[in-house]
Amino acid sequence: MTKHQKIAAGDRIDLSRRSFVVGSSAAGLACAFAPSLAFADAQGSATFEPSVWYSIAPNGIVTVNVGKADMGQHVASTMAQLVAEELGASWSDMRVHLMGNDPKYNDPALGAIITGGSWSTKMNFDAMSRAGAAGRIALMDAAASMMGVPANELVVRDSTVSHPKSGKSKSFAEIVRSGKSARSFTADEMKAITLKTPDQYVYIGQDLPQIDIPAKTNGSAKYGIDLMLPGMLYGKLVMPPVRYGAKVTSVDDSEAKKVHGFVKAVVIDDKTGTTTGWVLAVANTYFNAMKAAKALKVTWDKGPNAAESSDTLLAEARRAQADASGGLFFVKQGDAAAGMKDMPTVLDAEYTTSINIHAPMEPMNATAEFKDGVLHLYTGNQFATRTTGIAAGATGLDPKLIVMHQFWLGGGFGRRLDSDMVIPAALAARELGKPVKVIYSREDDMTFDFTRPLTYQKVKAALDANGKLVAMEHDVVSAWPTARWGIPAFLTPSVDKKGSLDGFAMNGSDHWYTVPNHQVRAILNEKAQAATPSGQLRSVAPGWTFWAVESMIDELAHAAGKDPLDFRLALLDGAGANAGGAQRLRNALLAAAGLAGYGTKKLPKGEAHGVACVSSQERGAGSWTACVAQVAVSPEGAIKVKRLTIAADVGTAVNPDGVRAQVTGAAAWGMSLALFEKAVLKDGAIQQTNFHMYKPMRMSQMPEIDVAVISNGEPAAGCGEPAVTVVAPAIANAIYNAAGARVRALPITPEAVKAAMKA
Amino acid sequence: MQGIMPNLTINGRAHSVDATNDTPLLWVIREQLQMTGTKFGCGVGLCGACTVHVDGVAVRSCSTTVGDVAGKKITTIEGLSPKGEHALQAAWIAEQTPQCGYCQSGQIMQAATLLAKNSNPSREEIIAHMDGNLCRCMTYPRIVKAIQRAAADLRASNESAGVRRG
Repeated sequence: MTKHQKIAAGDRIDLSRRSFVVGSSAAGLACAFAPSLAFADAQGSATFEPSVWYSIAPNGIVTVNVGKADMGQHVASTMAQLVAEELGASWSDMRVHLMGNDPKYNDPALGAIITGGSWSTKMNFDAMSRAGAAGRIALMDAAASMMGVPANELVVRDSTVSHPKSGKSKSFAEIVRSGKSARSFTADEMKAITLKTPDQYVYIGQDLPQIDIPAKTNGSAKYGIDLMLPGMLYGKLVMPPVRYGAKVTSVDDSEAKKVHGFVKAVVIDDKTGTTTGWVLAVANTYFNAMKAAKALKVTWDKGPNAAESSDTLLAEARRAQADASGGLFFVKQGDAAAGMKDMPTVLDAEYTTSINIHAPMEPMNATAEFKDGVLHLYTGNQFATRTTGIAAGATGLDPKLIVMHQFWLGGGFGRRLDSDMVIPAALAARELGKPVKVIYSREDDMTFDFTRPLTYQKVKAALDANGKLVAMEHDVVSAWPTARWGIPAFLTPSVDKKGSLDGFAMNGSDHWYTVPNHQVRAILNEKAQAATPSGQLRSVAPGWTFWAVESMIDELAHAAGKDPLDFRLALLDGAGANAGGAQRLRNALLAAAGLAGYGTKKLPKGEAHGVACVSSQERGAGSWTACVAQVAVSPEGAIKVKRLTIAADVGTAVNPDGVRAQVTGAAAWGMSLALFEKAVLKDGAIQQTNFHMYKPMRMSQMPEIDVAVISNGEPAAGCGEPAVTVVAPAIANAIYNAAGARVRALPITPEAVKAAMKA
Repeated sequence: MQGIMPNLTINGRAHSVDATNDTPLLWVIREQLQMTGTKFGCGVGLCGACTVHVDGVAVRSCSTTVGDVAGKKITTIEGLSPKGEHALQAAWIAEQTPQCGYCQSGQIMQAATLLAKNSNPSREEIIAHMDGNLCRCMTYPRIVKAIQRAAADLRASNESAGVRRG
């Protein structure tokens, strides 16, 4: 069914196929329970390391090795919660250790160290559970022999193995100290372990306190930017006047040399092409590096993209869409053109989204240090496997000689899937023979983001005489963020096998509504691809595709004279390939509608509800989200979002409070993107430099957000992204219901609402 | 050595730092004193991640020079309470407020100056006081709840202290 399941099968990521094999066999091999020699040496005592995923120290502390980047989604804690559930450890004994780029910690499903797509819980649930269970079995065996009782009479709870019949017990610490916990599991034995059923859960489904939080209240949590090395230098970038394609033609450092502490201006010669035209001012402190950067006189050849602007990119999108022979099919069911013929109602609309900037609170940064021929990179990163590859490409080093050290991420949102920050650090550290920390200023971070691309979509849809949706043509024109990585495994063949497209730029357009004739065309905006290197911004394609789909579905409902909720419910009939998912989405929609009082609550004049519903990152990701937005619109077009009611079916909520936090934050993101966040390209450069120009939502702008987490025993799925995508169409649909104004461009402005009222 | 060595009193300790007077307090705290709980976010006072107290007032350390604060009493997140047990810190944990956590030192330092002068702030007063502090994870609802919880806890402990004194 889904693209990500194909990836999950491991046969599509040639990047790390070898690592995947190593990783999966490690699941068996690493359960050799003899204390790991390396670890025992390091610890000076026999630590029990039942799997690569965790160890138990002689004091009973369980440290989970987390291969996932924790950017605030508390995924480290989630992994620990899964291990603790099956291991039988006490929650207070659980610790987490963030792992860098060692392939041992590859995602067991993805075969790489990557965090994104709301994949982590879904894809690691089984591996973490089995690792925990294997440890419990081994501890029980050891305890049985220590106590002279049969293993099958033992109970494991709160880090203690007890024998109720005799009243004997051994703590995990005692068992580990005995050194008797030696047992190995083959991969087949690992697979054969029977995991708990939901009725046996002690921790899953509980609001356990997140392990990372206390350190984030007292300043002790360490982010990449906090790393300090002796003798370290600091680098401040001098960025070229265009986002991509500039070349440095001259550097005059005569004034910079007068800056106290200035060391050198390093021209970044990036063989990976990730960056172009960057110069790094290096000094003894960051403040001096800033001064030196300002004093450097750099000239550039601006390259081929210097004339591009948001307007030229949009014009190019329109041109490309109008070319009927272009693009590749992402969906092709029935015959959309024939299905539309002679239908009484055909709607045709274009939907756009602007360029958006990630702007995590921790600006991009990385520290590089060469030690004994090994390059150490210190940075919080979401894709250690690729970042290692990029660093290798930039330095010419063997990737085996590159060690990445992971930190807590001061926000990720997809920005830290990219690797640009390690390049100037590594090149400067090598040139200067000293550790170098590069910190992007906020201006560097914003204007050199790998942005959510400008998107343009054309949707045409037809209703028959009964108001039934019979055909839909959907063209999606954008830069392709994931294609930019150049990893063939991340591309999707078009349905007619005529080429490869970036499915991550299309997800969501393959929605769960039953449409007998449905086609979706993927069209690359080549100008945008060249001028605005794009990235995966929290929710990626569904952030634009559902904007179009959920707006058009609403427009169709009104055209059919039907209530938009009823219209959706009827389309979510679960026919054919939509079986299962459509019904879950339908239920989420009903839940949100009920919670919001849709259709029953009396709202004042100028105020209305709007609905939308979405699947998750990939069609089959198994997470279902619906939103009812309550919005007031003034006669002048001013928009006041009063309340967002979200229902999120995540299958199994491992930590419901964590899910609520993620969904709430995601919904706020959705609203921020819908109303407040807009970046503009002009003369090849992003114009928004800091938070006075690019304006994520502030506290005073927050609506009431009600989140209902539906945990119905289906497999655990992700929750950090779908609520981002559902909010913008819900708001726009509410605006239409409140004021009769249909807006089709994000972000929605009062001017656009006012203009649409007149239309 | 850059010539001038301002004297700074941070978290009750005197420090002589090697920095010119125009150096932002933020970088001196982070790099020279290696107290990294105070964060760099925007560099121009737009986000509040770098908030510290100067003589009890919340200021943006990225836009405050060491020359401005020589001789004044500076408090960072590390010095807000001896063991990180300020009512706000406890409330931040109780409400499970932080996500990525990067802005939260600044949020807590900003909130502390509100509670120091107003033990029972309304929701509107909280929002007005906190609106300059950006949270990209948008944990705002939990920040509000945590401040309300901390205020209630402080009022309760003041009352019981009053009772004991009485």
